[in-house]
Amino acid sequence: MDIFVQQIINGLVLGSIYALVALGYTMVYGIMGLINFAHGEVVMIGAMVALFFVKAFSGLPVVILLPLALAAAVCVCMAIGFSIERIAYRPLRHAPKLAPLITAIGISIILQHLAMLIWGRNYHAFPPVIPVSAHEIFGATITSLQVFIVLIAAAMMAGLTLLIQRTRLGRAMRATSQNPAIAQLMGVNINQIISATFVIGSALAAVAGLMVSANYSIAHYYMGFMLGLKAFTAAVLGGIGNLAGAMLGGILLGIIESLGAGYIGDLTGGFLGSHYQDIFAFFVLIGVLIFRPSGLIGERVAERA
Amino acid sequence: MNTLRVSRMTLALSAALALFGCGQKEEPKAAAPAPAPAAAAPAAPAATAITVKIGHVAPLTGPQAHLGKDNENAARMAIDELNAKGLEIGGAKVTLELVPEDDQADPKQGTIVAQKLVDAKVNGVVGHLNSGTTIPASKIYFDAGIPQISGSATNPKYTQQGFATAFRVMANDVQQGKVLGEYAAKQLAGKSVAIIDDRTAYGQGLADEFEKGAKGAGAAVVTREFTNDKATDFAAILTKIKSTKADVIFYGGMDAQAGPMAKQMKSLGVKAAFLTGDGGCTPEFIKLAGDASEGQYCSLPGVPLDQMPGGKAFNDAFSAKYGQIQLYAPYVYDAVMVMVDAMKRAGSVEAAKYLPEIGKTDYQGVTAKIQFDEKGDLKGGAISLYQVKGGKWEYRETVGGGAPAAPVAAEAPKADGEKKS
Repeated sequence: MDIFVQQIINGLVLGSIYALVALGYTMVYGIMGLINFAHGEVVMIGAMVALFFVKAFSGLPVVILLPLALAAAVCVCMAIGFSIERIAYRPLRHAPKLAPLITAIGISIILQHLAMLIWGRNYHAFPPVIPVSAHEIFGATITSLQVFIVLIAAAMMAGLTLLIQRTRLGRAMRATSQNPAIAQLMGVNINQIISATFVIGSALAAVAGLMVSANYSIAHYYMGFMLGLKAFTAAVLGGIGNLAGAMLGGILLGIIESLGAGYIGDLTGGFLGSHYQDIFAFFVLIGVLIFRPSGLIGERVAERA
Repeated sequence: MNTLRVSRMTLALSAALALFGCGQKEEPKAAAPAPAPAAAAPAAPAATAITVKIGHVAPLTGPQAHLGKDNENAARMAIDELNAKGLEIGGAKVTLELVPEDDQADPKQGTIVAQKLVDAKVNGVVGHLNSGTTIPASKIYFDAGIPQISGSATNPKYTQQGFATAFRVMANDVQQGKVLGEYAAKQLAGKSVAIIDDRTAYGQGLADEFEKGAKGAGAAVVTREFTNDKATDFAAILTKIKSTKADVIFYGGMDAQAGPMAKQMKSLGVKAAFLTGDGGCTPEFIKLAGDASEGQYCSLPGVPLDQMPGGKAFNDAFSAKYGQIQLYAPYVYDAVMVMVDAMKRAGSVEAAKYLPEIGKTDYQGVTAKIQFDEKGDLKGGAISLYQVKGGKWEYRETVGGGAPAAPVAAEAPKADGEKKS
């Protein structure tokens, strides 16, 4: 039983990070019908900036240092998100859908190699500035950092939902998502709204980046690729274009991966081992897409992508 | 309508992935110096100077890029030193030229760059870094008759394929896995051991040999778990291992996974001792694992750097130029030296002529006295064990290799015999 609880906790921590990154994919898709493949790289840059900020100012007390590092990462990521949209997507807004997809991949490779040039090929260890204490719940172990990650992720998601549902900006975003042309006629500056979407998504990516690098105490110029792919899968699982779907998809994917790796060997009598962890996750994804092609809680909106 | 959208999206994703792959493959080509024009030079007035191209392959991008660059730097250093001294082979003045390639630690890419080196008509190849890339590439070099010396591929299969062109200057995983397995069962008093590997030729091969060694010494293997060489999250498999109450956890893989793995063991409250092979035996491991690295073990083929015949001098020269040694640099340096030594003895830079001389090598290298057996494996390779003490790898003991290969290894271990420095 304690092992089961532990696996659920493992999955919840991993899933919270997936969910935060998945929000970035799903917001952009919801508004522009475009998959921003460079989003994983933005997470990586957030992690790198935060890590090097912490390294440079490790003398400061943690309560000041971490928010400052986060602020630095968020600012850099927002600037990058804004530039990505300006440089790679805005000029192609009326081009065929394949063109921005290709620039997205191009930007992703450029960012990755830029990071390699700036920060080098080595793995970077996150300085051990955060005091970590382990706690026991139902026989399972959870660290204070992990509790913090789940709470922050939940707070960010709640904040984003409020922003979309309750504010003027959120209303404009929803309007743009439904029909950009009409939204523009109604006085919505859609260029501004799309920029805002990228900036907000990138800020969430920066938070996720700090979480990943602090939790695994590792950052590397290559880390964004796999993380981005998993988060994209999570977004599709939940229903891409739907905020609640991205959160649900992220957390589900994390839990499926944990349980998959933990129990698949025992369930199949050793026939399939934990190396089928990823396959297990994609199996579930395929199953969901067969029965619910628009994801678990994806809206059946009219085709406008 | 909805199905239409999803299928379009999956199509887009697969297209994207395919493109992503291609994009990466293009990159190293652009980065590599154009080798073709340099070859056409010799007939020119420049006396009788010949340019000899030596290929070097290692992952220069991707998660193991730090190890790959380390290897490349070592090869470059060897070549620069030989060029600076002035090299004469068979009466002709020879200039060596390094042709560096990037295989991304990917077996597919490994064969592509191997073919590229063959097409560029290199005289010999040093590399690759990973067993997983070295083994498929070795067939291509064998078919083209190009000698290959790897400084770090330790999977036994590499030299067991019957390729006369394949050599390595490091002990293989049969020796290493056996020593590790016995060490886990005896010195660490492991009654039950759990094994994790990264499913690469290296990690899996080493884990298999470890399993044999541990079982042979009386330990029970309670579970065998798997990850991959790009993973960072091991909570799920470690939780499962925790439920088996194993005394020792062995990981077959590289430092980038071993470090975070040791750290996550600590935060999950896993009390078992952690043991890994040469891939995790780096300063990076300690940096990544932080204080969770304390007391953990690793093994490395060969003897500690400061006990190597030319270890100190090499370390000084290398770190002055390229910074701290990561892992395999001295072995790669020796690999280049052994290759050029064979060319000198054969009096020829032609592969067919100097290849038989590599087998007859008797060379005092930085790492050890290098001689090959009939398969191309290093004779009498020693295995050393290390433990983290006070944030540094500390030398514990050397097993095997007592024979002529490494006489220094038999000496009493020095108290401060740390591996890096």
